[in-house]
Amino acid sequence: MADAGTGPAAEGDIAVRLEQVTKRFGEGAPALDGVSGEIRAGEITGLVGPDGAGKTTLLRLMTGLMLPEEGRLSVLGADTAEDARLIQTAIGYMPQRFGLYEDLTVAENLTLYADLRALPAAERQAVFDELLHFTDLKRFTGRLAGKLSGGMKQKLGLACALLKKPRLLLLDEPGVGVDPISRRELWKMVKALTGEGIGVVWSTAYLDEAEACDRVLLLNHGKLLYAGAPQGLTARVEGRVFHLTGMTGRRRPLLERVLGEVDVVDGVIQGDAIRLVLKEEGTEKPDWLAGEENLSLKPVAPRFEDAFVDLLGGGPGGRSALAEATRKRPIDGDETVIEAAGLTKRFGDFTAAEDISFTIPRGQIFGLLGPNGAGKSTTFKMLCGLLKPTEGRGRVAGFDLRRDAASARGRLGYMAQKFSLYGDLSLKQNLEFFAGIYGLSGKHRRERIGLMSEIFDFSGWQDMSAKELPLGIKQRLALAAAVMHEPEALFLDEPTSGVDPITRREFWTHINGLVERGVTVLVTTHFMDEAEYCDRISLIYRGRSVALGSPDELKASVAGPGLEQPTMEDAFIALVERSEAGNGEKAA
Amino acid sequence: MSGKVDRSGLEAAMRPAARLKRIGALIGKESKQIMRDPSSILIALVLPLILLFIFGYGVSLDARQTRIGLVIESPSAVTEELAASFDGSRYFSVQRASDRRTFETALVEGRVRGIVVIPAAFTEDVSAGRQPQVQLLLDGGEPNTASLVDGYVRGVLAGWAQQRAVAAGAAAEPAISVAPRYWFNAELESRNFLVPGSVAIVMTLVGTLLTSLVIAREWERGTMEAIMATPVTAGELLIGKVVPYFVLALLSMTLCVVLAVFQFGVPLRGSLIALYILSATFLIPALGQGLLISAATKNQFLASQVALVSAFLPAFLLSGFIFEIGSMPWPIRLLTHIVPARYLIPGLQSVFLSGDVWPLFLTNMAAMLVIGAVFFLLAARNSRKRLQ
Repeated sequence: MADAGTGPAAEGDIAVRLEQVTKRFGEGAPALDGVSGEIRAGEITGLVGPDGAGKTTLLRLMTGLMLPEEGRLSVLGADTAEDARLIQTAIGYMPQRFGLYEDLTVAENLTLYADLRALPAAERQAVFDELLHFTDLKRFTGRLAGKLSGGMKQKLGLACALLKKPRLLLLDEPGVGVDPISRRELWKMVKALTGEGIGVVWSTAYLDEAEACDRVLLLNHGKLLYAGAPQGLTARVEGRVFHLTGMTGRRRPLLERVLGEVDVVDGVIQGDAIRLVLKEEGTEKPDWLAGEENLSLKPVAPRFEDAFVDLLGGGPGGRSALAEATRKRPIDGDETVIEAAGLTKRFGDFTAAEDISFTIPRGQIFGLLGPNGAGKSTTFKMLCGLLKPTEGRGRVAGFDLRRDAASARGRLGYMAQKFSLYGDLSLKQNLEFFAGIYGLSGKHRRERIGLMSEIFDFSGWQDMSAKELPLGIKQRLALAAAVMHEPEALFLDEPTSGVDPITRREFWTHINGLVERGVTVLVTTHFMDEAEYCDRISLIYRGRSVALGSPDELKASVAGPGLEQPTMEDAFIALVERSEAGNGEKAA
Repeated sequence: MSGKVDRSGLEAAMRPAARLKRIGALIGKESKQIMRDPSSILIALVLPLILLFIFGYGVSLDARQTRIGLVIESPSAVTEELAASFDGSRYFSVQRASDRRTFETALVEGRVRGIVVIPAAFTEDVSAGRQPQVQLLLDGGEPNTASLVDGYVRGVLAGWAQQRAVAAGAAAEPAISVAPRYWFNAELESRNFLVPGSVAIVMTLVGTLLTSLVIAREWERGTMEAIMATPVTAGELLIGKVVPYFVLALLSMTLCVVLAVFQFGVPLRGSLIALYILSATFLIPALGQGLLISAATKNQFLASQVALVSAFLPAFLLSGFIFEIGSMPWPIRLLTHIVPARYLIPGLQSVFLSGDVWPLFLTNMAAMLVIGAVFFLLAARNSRKRLQ
C-alpha cells in the first residue's frame, strides 16, 4: 500500500492511530478487516467508501463507543479500550443524522450540549455568539431544530460538536442529501478549523468530496484500499483519462462498443462526451478508433472516481444482457413519452413543487437534480400517478395521469428510493410478487422470472430474504422488479445512492442499453456526476425548476473568467444564485 | 499542539458539580420534550382519562337485568308465583314462553344468558310434597356470566321456597340463616375496585411503555449516539431518563385518583401518603422494565410491542385486577409473582376501600423493590456506554 502523503508525521501530529483494527458483527465478513492507518491533526482526512464499507463503524470505534475485536485504536494518545471517557472529553462527534433533538430549539440544543460538555458559564455567551455567527444561525435561535432545512441542521450539528473546542472532530457523512451550497459552506467552515490544529475526519460516499481532502482512507467491504493524499491515488491514472468527442448520432451505442475494447478500463457518459480510462498512457489514437475521422480523444485531468474504478480492476463492460432481451421500440424523432406541464403540488400553504414543465422524447434520459427536500420526489410521484397534482397535468405514454393513472402506471416501471423491496420475502418471492402485480401470468411470467434470474445472475441468492442481500444484489433485484413487464417508461428515484462505483456502472450499463431499445427514463439524483449521464436535466431547488438543459449547456452557461471549466456542482450553485438574484429583483 | 489529550479535562468533567449539572441538563431536556411531544401527553394524560371513563362508566362486572328465558310448560297458580319471583328480581329481565325451543336460538346467539325451565310435573310435585325439579340451561361460552346467573337463579328459588314455607305456616325460620354483609364494598360495585386497579394500569403505561418508547426513539434518531460521545456517564443518562418519567407517572396517577374520587365517588379510606408511597415503589420496577426493554430493542415499534406484551397485558390479566389470582391454575399463579402490578393492586384496593394496612403494604413493597432491583441491574448491564 503506497503512502503518497506528505511524508512521515511527527508523533505529536498524529490524532488517531489505527493498528490492525478488525470489527465483526455476527457471522460473515467482518465490517472492518485489519485496518491500519493514521489521522493527522490540522488536516481533513476523508473516510471514503460506498455504503457498507465500514465508515460509520470506524468512526464509532474512534469515539470509544465501540471496541474492536482485534487490533487497537489510539485516539489523541489514549487507547479507546481503556480511556474512552477521557477521549470523549476531547472529541466532537456528529453522527449521520446530526444528533439533534428536533423538538428542542436551536438555542436549547446548544445549551444542552454545552451543559453535557461542561462549558463554563463565563465562556458560554462568547462561544455561542461565535458559533452562531460562524454557522449563520443567529436569526434562528428560537426555531425548533426539526423545522430547520437540511443545510441548517447540518450546521447546527456541527456547532454542537464544536462547543468545547475539540481536538478531533468526527463527521459522519455530513454532506449527504444537503444542497451543494450548504455543503460547500460547511466545507469552508471545517477547513477553517484545521487551521487551528484540529484534526477532522469527514466520512463520505461522494468521491468528489474525497478529492478535496488532505488525505483519504479509502475503504471497500471493510478493507483499506488506499491511504494517503487523494492526488496519490489519482496519479495512478494520470495520462490515461480522456474525453472522446465529436460523435454524430447517439453516444450510448458508441460507449457500449468502446467498453468492449480490451484496453479500456472504464467509460461513462459525461455530458456530450464519453469519459474513458485507458489501460495505458499515450496520446495516439487507438486502433479501434481508426477510420472514425470525426472522433477525437482529448486528455483530461483524472478524478478520484477514475482511480477508484481502476484500483478495483475496471468497470463491468458495456453490454447489457437485459437490454438485449428487451423488445426494441423504434426511436423516431420527437415522440414525447413523458410530459410534465405546469405541475404544482401544495401541501397546505407549503408549495412542494411549483410549475414544473418538461418533455422527454422516446429513448432519452432526463434527470431531476437537486438536494433532498427540493421537490424532486414530489414531481416524480406526480408523474407516476402516486400523487395528485394541485395544478398542471402530466402524461405518460399517451395517458393523462388525472384521468387514466392506472393505465399509465401499467406502462411504467418504478424503482423507489432505497430499493423498496419486501425485506422478509426471499429474492425469488419478490420477483414473483412483482411479476404478479404487473399482471404477468402463466408461461409468460415464468419466462420473465427465469430471464431476470439469468440476466442478473441471481442463482445462489434465490432463497435469501431481500433484506439480507448485499447492496449490489439488492439493487439488481430492484431493477429486475421494475423492468419485468417491459415498461415503456422507467422511473428511477435515487437509484445508485451509496453503492460502489462498479455497481453503479453495472446499473447504468443496463439503463443505457434499455434507452437504446426505446425505453424512456426519468431519474432523480443528488449526485452531480450522475446528472452528467443524462441527456437533459432540470435543476430543482426549493420546489422550482431553476434551469433546464443538457449538462454541457448548463455548464457552459455559467462558464466565464475564473471558471473556465465549471463542474456540474459549480453550474448548480451559480444557477441557483442567479435565480435567487432574479427573484430578489422581482420582489424589489 | 501536543498529541496527548490532557487528563485535567476528564477530572473536571467527573467532579460532582459537573455531574449534577449534566443530570440537570438531561432532566430539563426531557421535560421540555415531554411537554412538546403530543404522544407523551397522549399516553400520560389522555389515555388514563379514557381508561378511567371506560372502567367508570362502561365496564361493569355486576349482572343486572340479565336477560333470561323462563319456560313454563304447564302454567298454574304455583308456577305463576315462582315466575313472579323471577320478575321481581332486580338481576333479571324475564321473557316467558311455554316451550324451551323458543329460546334455544336466543341462547346460541347470546340474546338470553340462561333458560329456566319449569317442567310440566312441577305443580304436581309441589302439591304432592315431593322435591320439585327445575332445569337451568346456561351459556358456558361466558363462564363468568353463567356462574352469576346460576347463583342468582338459586337465590330466587330459595327465596320462593322460603316464602312458601312461611305462607304455609311452617317453622318461620329455617334452621340456619345467613346474613351476608360485604365489607369495604358494601354494594358490591365493581367500579369501586376497577377504578383503583386502573391506576396501576396507567402507571404501567407511563412507566414502562412511554419510557421504553422515548429511549428507543433516541436510538432511532441517532441522538443517543451523539450524547454518548460526550463525557456523560451511563448512570447520568439513566437518571436523566428515570426522574422525569417518575414525576410524570405520579402526575397521571394523581389525575386518576382525583377523577376516581370526585367523579366516580370511589371512597378513599386510606391515607394519601400510603397511596403515594405504594405508587412510587411500583414505579421502580415499572421504570426498570421500560429501561430494560429499550436497551434491548433500540427500536420504537419493537419496544412498544414488547412493553405491551410483557408489562401492559400482565398488569391487566395477571395482577388480580380483573381475574382473581386465587382461581388461576398454579403455573399461571406462579407466573403472577413476577408481575409488579400484582403487588400494587391489593395495596391500592385497600387504600381506596378499607384503609392503610401497613403489614400488607410493606410485604408487597418489598416484592416490588426486589423485582425493580433486578430490572435495573439488567438494564444497567445492557446499557453500558457502548454501541453494538
